[in-house]
Amino acid sequence: MQHSIRTSGNKPREVKGWAGVLLCSTSGPMAHSVRRDAPELPDFSLLKRLARDQLIYLLEQLPGRKDLFIEADLMSPLDRIANVTTLKQHDVDKLYKVEYKPIVSTSDQLCFLIRPRIKTVKWICDVVNADKAFGRFRKYKIIFSPQKFYACENLLEEQGIFGDVTTDEWSFYLLPLDDDIISLELPEFFRDNFLEGDQRWVRTAGSALHLLHSVYGPFSKLYGIGRCSKMAYESWREQVEEGEQRARQAEIGNVFLIDRDVDLVTPLCSQVVYEGLVDDIFRIKCGCVEFGPDVTSSDKSIKVMLNSQDKVFNEIRNEHFSQVFGFLSQKARNLQTAYDKRSGMDIKQMKTFVSEELKGLKQEHRLLSLHIGASESMMKRKTKQDFQELLKTEHSLLEGFEIRECISYIEEHINRQVSMVESMRLLCLLSLTENGLLPKDYRSLKAQFLQSYGIDHLLTFSNLKQLGLLVEQQPGETLTVMESRVGKLVNDKTAGKLTDAFSSLAKKSNFRALGRRLNLVPKSDEEYDLRVPRDMAYIFSGAYIPLSCKLIEQVLERDGWTGLEEVTRMLNGHEFAVTAGSNGSDARVKTDSQRIILVMFLGGCTFSEISALRFLGREKGLKFIVVTTAITNSARLLESMLDNHA
Amino acid sequence: MIRGKPDEDEYWNSSKFKAFTFDDEDDDFTRLKESKRAVNSIRSLVEEEDEEDDVEKVSWSGEPVGSISWSVKETASSIRSTGEVRDQSFPKINTAPSLPKNSSGYSLSSLFKGTTHDWTPEETVKRMQQGKVYSLEKFRSLQDKLLLLDEAVNAHDGNVITAVLIYLKKSLSKENLFRELITREIALRHYIHFLKEIEEQKLLLMQYRDHLNIRDENKRRDFLKSCLSLPFSPDDATHVQDHYTLLERQIIIEANDKQVESSGQADIFKKYPRKASILNMPIITTLYYSCFYHYGESDGTYSSPANIRKTFRISDKQFLLTCLGARAKLKAWFDVDALFTTKNWLGYTKKRSPIGFHRIVDILQKNNAPVQVLQEYVNLVEDAEQKISLAQKYKCHDVIINTYRDLKDRQQLIVYRGKVERGSSEYRKIEEILSNSVR
Repeated sequence: MQHSIRTSGNKPREVKGWAGVLLCSTSGPMAHSVRRDAPELPDFSLLKRLARDQLIYLLEQLPGRKDLFIEADLMSPLDRIANVTTLKQHDVDKLYKVEYKPIVSTSDQLCFLIRPRIKTVKWICDVVNADKAFGRFRKYKIIFSPQKFYACENLLEEQGIFGDVTTDEWSFYLLPLDDDIISLELPEFFRDNFLEGDQRWVRTAGSALHLLHSVYGPFSKLYGIGRCSKMAYESWREQVEEGEQRARQAEIGNVFLIDRDVDLVTPLCSQVVYEGLVDDIFRIKCGCVEFGPDVTSSDKSIKVMLNSQDKVFNEIRNEHFSQVFGFLSQKARNLQTAYDKRSGMDIKQMKTFVSEELKGLKQEHRLLSLHIGASESMMKRKTKQDFQELLKTEHSLLEGFEIRECISYIEEHINRQVSMVESMRLLCLLSLTENGLLPKDYRSLKAQFLQSYGIDHLLTFSNLKQLGLLVEQQPGETLTVMESRVGKLVNDKTAGKLTDAFSSLAKKSNFRALGRRLNLVPKSDEEYDLRVPRDMAYIFSGAYIPLSCKLIEQVLERDGWTGLEEVTRMLNGHEFAVTAGSNGSDARVKTDSQRIILVMFLGGCTFSEISALRFLGREKGLKFIVVTTAITNSARLLESMLDNHA
Repeated sequence: MIRGKPDEDEYWNSSKFKAFTFDDEDDDFTRLKESKRAVNSIRSLVEEEDEEDDVEKVSWSGEPVGSISWSVKETASSIRSTGEVRDQSFPKINTAPSLPKNSSGYSLSSLFKGTTHDWTPEETVKRMQQGKVYSLEKFRSLQDKLLLLDEAVNAHDGNVITAVLIYLKKSLSKENLFRELITREIALRHYIHFLKEIEEQKLLLMQYRDHLNIRDENKRRDFLKSCLSLPFSPDDATHVQDHYTLLERQIIIEANDKQVESSGQADIFKKYPRKASILNMPIITTLYYSCFYHYGESDGTYSSPANIRKTFRISDKQFLLTCLGARAKLKAWFDVDALFTTKNWLGYTKKRSPIGFHRIVDILQKNNAPVQVLQEYVNLVEDAEQKISLAQKYKCHDVIINTYRDLKDRQQLIVYRGKVERGSSEYRKIEEILSNSVR
């Protein structure tokens, strides 16, 4: 059994894999003809079936009729894998949403399907204790998804109802949202892990990866960066070792793990690719969006699933918004032509037309008018908020150009009490790109922000500082100097711990230096043709290549971190690249699985990043599968930092 | 099979006469049956492999091994079993030394048989991670407790770290626990988060945060007052002081205005009834309110704009923007004009603004200012190009025509003549300029 660990500085021992594949796909003038077709994606519907089967089993563990209380944010995921009929078939009588209020159920069996949260368990304790006080006897069962926590059970024990309430786990780790997107649907992962420093979800991430490994693996290579990624890798590895190893043909060969806090700039940028923009404006929830009357041009709202099944959407989702109108109007013209064919038809042709084409055309017509409506509505809103000027400021920040002007723009934004989250987003972008604000600017902008949006945002500022999203520049390099001095006195292991301890304080984004080193910000004087994107920067109008995706590209190209030492140092390290120990023979077999890369974002990823990876995949003949703790965007990310509500 | 109406379905599926259900082809059932079949086939294998005596294997949740939830995972991994067995071990990275594999699970009954193991901290943490039976009671000395905690931290599993901390909280005094946690950042952060969740934590800002839970404004004000003595940083202390002062004044203003509004004494409240109370609104919203309802009051009153401006150290720029917004909303163009008018020492008046006049135009336009008002400010925009484009955007004909006249740009005037309505006043004005000018 051999192990080859690749961290930066070590030359790869095994010469199998990426480099070769990638080279043949990009070199030479005939590159496009050399490039292999991207491999087929594995079928992830199996994950849904597994989750459903387990849920049914768990429901059967409480035989007889029962009322089911479902946590609000589990409802949409549940909807994707089962329907009410399924639940009714298993003796679920009435369905309720968890609302933290006294309940009205008359059933003598209550089942709670919840996330392992103290708040929810507390509420259940209240329900049970209220029943007790009332002399009412019922059976209770809590099903925690995707796992339970000791803290929750401890609460049941403290409240004296451990035993009265039985508990179970529904290992519903992964919800496939689309052919290439799988979500853990755990938006709190970001805050818990990166703000609170609570590692409760590390093992969950490891287990999710383990599930994918068991069904679609075995993986042969894993790359990663970030403290949480490293821990999740370890948790996964232990679970692999604990379990049995089964032989099968791998469908997914390679994995890339990345912490969200490695790149906080990208999720804070305004999204301008269609799917991202729809998410920024209408908020896509669990793969579904609700379009209001302004989109449907009727008096009602409709809910639409947005995925590859929607043929119109599938063609525009990754396009820069400026390209979408042209595409849609071309589509509309084609549709018109197809309808117009009818005019010269005889009866027989007409019959064929109606039976073969009409339904498809009608369907396309419906989708087309929907997306045209959505585009119009988005256009209107963006014009109203002077989107162009906002983007200009954002791009200046990314470029490090005319920072004073940017600051006055942000200041005026705050003064005019325009959207609080937008103001906060711009402040964070300023801080991240400039390695913190000058103390004088920080104090003044903070004071104005509190005046405009409420003084309780003191709590928000404290959170943003803790996470490193919005900080004051420290005079000199005090902390790093201290760190290195201490580092010299003690051995490496302790130094590592110290670095961890200081990381929340000393963490610097180093965005400018990273941008230069990785060419993230193309020169603004160059023309960028959005119709024919030349790199991943197209997702931000050619102004910025997302750091997260650039890292993935670089590591795959280099088959490790070699040559990226400076970059990883600026990103606070924690990078790794590991290869399965191999017994030789079949290791060199090149299969499609080697060109399928599972990218796991710990702390969330944006639709823009997914679009960028899809672009990269097309360029390199690869297929990316994105696994994320949740789909995020700037508003969700910043809203998770708020504490100013009771 | 023909599907019945929904309510029929419900009857058949939920009644106890399940045996007669015709739903044999139903996907869910078929799949469930598949799973069950898979379980049954697996169980015999499991039993064969079990070299331990008849100790019942359970997982953390207490399900016997071989249950469906357990089998679901097994089924998952047995699907598509083709190809050869590969050695696929992965290397450990940068953590504590590897632990012996311990794959057997024991139920509680095995404990009573006297087979309790003296599990080391490593084994204990491992068992906790795997949801197996464990015992923390034997970690009694401070040293043992800390070894256990450090082991949990090394395992990176927040769930276990918190579980150990809950045990330490129960079995160590607060002072002792905190003294040890100070040097253990990861554990400390877990502990703080746990306390926060069970609402026991009262760190500085969290204490201040409690005001959000107080509904009654007087109680909330008093609570904020009590926060003033907390050891905030100088900057934050100022903000908290502001918060208290603000609420204190809002309470006074609210009481007064409510009374004035209901008595019908003031026209402004009749014309523009208040939509909401001013309590708990931000400072700038309060200033806007004051500029809307209390404009022109002497700075001696709490509700006057001048007083608010002074008390909360509001910048000139901010004051102007808010005032402008409020007066424009009321269409008080005279007040708007006065905001920008300054007199120099010779008594000449001049228009000045701490922010660009193009922004002023934008704000006025958003408040539906008429063209006559707009064009006055468009005229004050310094940059000629920007002035023209704004004038075109808001149809300020006079500004455009005058600018072209001053630039002596005949060509542009002719072009613009084509854009305005024939015979209108602006059309005649252009005609006049064109005919008056030489050539």
